[in-house]
Amino acid sequence: MFSWFGKVSFVSYTKVSDFAVHLKDGRMMGSVCKDCGYTTFPPRADCPQGLSGNFEFKEYSGKGKVFTHTTISAAPTGFEDVAPYTIVVVELDEGGRLMAWAGDTVPAKELKIGIPVQVVPRIFEDSPEIKLYYTVEKPGATWKKAPAPHLG
Amino acid sequence: MSRVGVIGAGHGVFGRRSDATVQELAFEAFRLAIKDAGISRDDLDATVVAAVPEYHKQRSVAGVVQEYLNLNPKPTWLTEVACASGSAAIRTAWMAIKSGVHQVVAVIGCQKMTEMATAEILALMGRVGEVQWESIFGSTFPGYYAMFATSHMHEFGTTHEQMMQVAVKNHFYGSKNPNALFRKEIQLDKAMNSDAVASPFCVYDCCANADGAACLILAEESRAKALSKKVVWLDGVGCATASMSVLRRPNLVGLPSAVEAGQQAFRMAKVTAKDVKVAEVHDCFTIAEIMAYEDLGFCKKGHGGKFIEEKRSYIGGEVAVNVDGGLKAKGHPIGATGVSMAYEIVKQLRGESGERQVPNADIGLTHNVGGIGQYTFVHLFRRD
Ligand SMILES: [Zn+2]
Repeated sequence: MFSWFGKVSFVSYTKVSDFAVHLKDGRMMGSVCKDCGYTTFPPRADCPQGLSGNFEFKEYSGKGKVFTHTTISAAPTGFEDVAPYTIVVVELDEGGRLMAWAGDTVPAKELKIGIPVQVVPRIFEDSPEIKLYYTVEKPGATWKKAPAPHLG
Repeated sequence: MSRVGVIGAGHGVFGRRSDATVQELAFEAFRLAIKDAGISRDDLDATVVAAVPEYHKQRSVAGVVQEYLNLNPKPTWLTEVACASGSAAIRTAWMAIKSGVHQVVAVIGCQKMTEMATAEILALMGRVGEVQWESIFGSTFPGYYAMFATSHMHEFGTTHEQMMQVAVKNHFYGSKNPNALFRKEIQLDKAMNSDAVASPFCVYDCCANADGAACLILAEESRAKALSKKVVWLDGVGCATASMSVLRRPNLVGLPSAVEAGQQAFRMAKVTAKDVKVAEVHDCFTIAEIMAYEDLGFCKKGHGGKFIEEKRSYIGGEVAVNVDGGLKAKGHPIGATGVSMAYEIVKQLRGESGERQVPNADIGLTHNVGGIGQYTFVHLFRRD
């Protein structure tokens, strides 16, 4: 499932593969260590503090602030057709950061370090396969969420 | 404890070397270093090879180099930490000598980067970051340093023009280095108007891939003194790491691994940043040199833009930085770069750098960064 995540995927298997299932349904999941409470995004199965492997997903609001950004003109393989695109690193309110693309509501010219933003889960509509990503939008942006699935 | 000295140094021509294989490039640098040291192959105990394997068709490069140099059955091994592989090789040679296992060790940094097709290079470029959470958004190597530049500009008011002055300086010195890839000066306004790569960077903010090799011969103190009259001592070594992912860094205005590695090296060599007369720093992108001034303590954090603007890193300034052209003008054959930096410092400390000679150069430094600071090695060299 994890290969759903990204326009180009490099990782098919991970202990946090269900991240992609949640993202398809509109939920952005970080992780919490059940032993010490260490909470982070992107999620990790193994706690960097106590070395515990006992984790659970925690839903993030996607609210945060711009940490840094750049607009890429010279694109690598698989991204030529979307260049130029703007990459934004967001500092998330609940802890941790993520990398995402700037969405239509936040043009590159209006991007500034420190401004509040909303991260929104996305799916490539015109792709035959499931391809997931997220974009950075103005605060208050909304999206559809599917009901929580039962994941093994 | 006994010191480790450099008794020989050799450097080939960097560039698009479609005339030579990687082992032939290694041979050029090795021959020059052996001649420079005035020793024979028999004096060597081992070789450490630095190269980044994914660029070579030939797998396990150390083996083919060792054979081509006719050094079998002496030991060899490869070191790899991306663009800092060369300094990692110097560090492992230093460790081998300090531990008493070997007395005389050759360090060979060698890399062919132009044997790959553009498509292969573009695919590799798309995997320089953390591939699980970052590369899937099309992050690139220039893109990462561009994010540092964005943060540095925001926090300290550093300008793109100040960054580009790093490129102007390094091309100025590169024009005087016969081993450099680019041997032409550049103009600030033309450089500022080159094609966009990753904002704020354009083409002239970025170093270029190259083929090339460099070689050092290191020896234990008593052997060094017996074999050579022009020893340059490697008196301080520092090495530190930082997260692979930009998502896990405390900030994007410097490299924490460079700060830590620098402090280790200064402590060991018992010198300070003020004592350094000549430095080779890792200017893979213009902002990287500005951050290096700050991380190493040549100036305060945030003052790096002014430091270059006021030409304080030119010969005649407080510390001459990258007066061989740096990665920017000399080219960046990634496995060879760390050894190439050390070569320049050795020549400078011996007073053999001709029109690029830094006056009274007695203490020199190399700052070699792997990736975006996942690894940094700082080495301090001194002549007695
Ligand atoms: Zn824990």
